[in-house]
Amino acid sequence: MLEIRDIYKTFNPGTVNEKKALNGLSLKLEEGDFVTVIGGNGAGKSTMLNAIAGVWGLDAGQIIIDGEDVTNLPEHKRAAVIGRVFQDPMMGTAPTMQIDENLALAKRRGKKRGLKANLSKADADEFKVMLQILDLGLEDRLTSKVGLLSGGQRQALTLLMATLEKPKVLLLDEHTAALDPKTAAKVLEATELVVEKDNLTTIMITHNMKDAIAHGNRLVMMNDGKIILDIRGEEKKKLTVESLLHEFEKVSGQEFTSDSAILG
Amino acid sequence: MGFLTGLLNSMPGAISQGMIWGIMAIGVYITFRILDVADLTVDGSLCTGGATCVILTLNGVPMAAALLISFIVGLLTGLATGVLHTKFGIPAILAGILTQLGLYSINLHIMGYGTDNGSKSNLPISVDKYSLLVSARYVRELSLRNPVLILIPFILIIIGILYWFFGTEIGASLRATGANQNMARAQGINTDLTIVMGLMLSNGLVALSGALLAQYQGFSDVNMGRGAIVIGLAAVIIAEVVFGKIFRNFFLKMVGCVCGAIIYYVVIQIVLRLGLSTDDLKLLSALVVALFLAIPYWKGKLSAKSVKKGGN
Repeated sequence: MLEIRDIYKTFNPGTVNEKKALNGLSLKLEEGDFVTVIGGNGAGKSTMLNAIAGVWGLDAGQIIIDGEDVTNLPEHKRAAVIGRVFQDPMMGTAPTMQIDENLALAKRRGKKRGLKANLSKADADEFKVMLQILDLGLEDRLTSKVGLLSGGQRQALTLLMATLEKPKVLLLDEHTAALDPKTAAKVLEATELVVEKDNLTTIMITHNMKDAIAHGNRLVMMNDGKIILDIRGEEKKKLTVESLLHEFEKVSGQEFTSDSAILG
Repeated sequence: MGFLTGLLNSMPGAISQGMIWGIMAIGVYITFRILDVADLTVDGSLCTGGATCVILTLNGVPMAAALLISFIVGLLTGLATGVLHTKFGIPAILAGILTQLGLYSINLHIMGYGTDNGSKSNLPISVDKYSLLVSARYVRELSLRNPVLILIPFILIIIGILYWFFGTEIGASLRATGANQNMARAQGINTDLTIVMGLMLSNGLVALSGALLAQYQGFSDVNMGRGAIVIGLAAVIIAEVVFGKIFRNFFLKMVGCVCGAIIYYVVIQIVLRLGLSTDDLKLLSALVVALFLAIPYWKGKLSAKSVKKGGN
């Protein structure tokens, strides 16, 4: 479903701030794969998602989604097949617009936008049912401005917007990192629910090793802009935080740098 | 008594002028508030609209068509700024200034159409010879020629169309772009395109306002748009301060912009009657707008401070 072929990206080339963020990264996802991604700070996790989403161009390599080479498609065109939830709860929604307006925008992702009304009664009813599933009390607040919602509510809404029109790839960039533990658990639960319901091909970055082990059918570890570990199926089910840390030290030759990943 | 009657006498003029500038203020509202871009093109496009309307009318084009074409030419000025901003990567403010500067020459040439050297800085048009939609001549007349009576339905129709437009799929994607570009792109919106569309629509309205203003005052002038952005911003900000709590609906917010412009011109009339020199008007406007823009910022700082204190 998604194939990343040997991609490279260097930020600020030729300056003192030069940063080789992606270093010949390759990854192939089959349809329905739910991959969790872990790695230290600066390993290139978010950069990989941005590369898939097309936030900027690549230095080299190819990205193929469902057989189509999207390497040169601009971000807004790729959005037709990609759903995204960001780390920052502010980033995924339009705060000055209503909940139903945000959802209506998401419903037209990848479709031509014309001079038809953005909101329809039928849509509103559909949104209500979907919001009910999230169980955050949003179904009665369709016309509230999104700016009034809590971080967790916004992330749940963004998740719904990302999956409203079934994406070929769902990209979750530490989408629970900015939330308190209880809300984070709730949003993760909702994530599990929507991914399973539509059998979505998903990449989820997390800084929490326990979450990375508990969710998905596959776990990859990144370091220095490359994938250094790829564990799937039965083998993944047997993973523990300790064995994962041990593996990391073995393949990377260094200690894991993120405390929160270990402690969380 | 003399002061009061004089002031009352000047009110219909102030109100008409305010209404015409209100259309311009709606244009500023679209860029400044909806799109979150400060667009300085308007200082040039206001005159472009006025010059286009006058030269077309003088050359026998029917008044309605002249107004429509002025609007379209305004769209093009916005297109210029939009392309400079999104395709040339120039910051929006600078892109607007560049277009505005370029428009100065273009405006001279528009008004100089048909003359020997092809350039003119001022072009009169008489309501006696040509049929115009609005004219200051009839401002104190109780008839259907009175600009206030003509402008009320005219503006309501414009606001109605804009209200409909911003509720459509395209209009909503424009609002989303202003609210959060990241989110807009993630939802498949071509933000470069929506920004260009917003700038076009805004400058179209500004040019239309300029066309009406030229009709109203009986001439277009190359300097008629100087400082227009400040007047537009003043109207938008006055509207938010005065009507912010009651005009929450988008339709009413646009009505508020027009009311804001009317208040601006009424206040200007009052201070002029109180003896302020017209030479000092622009300084006063600039100070008032600076003050009103600063108030929300200061408020934010104050509340941040009190939160800190409470925390200790």
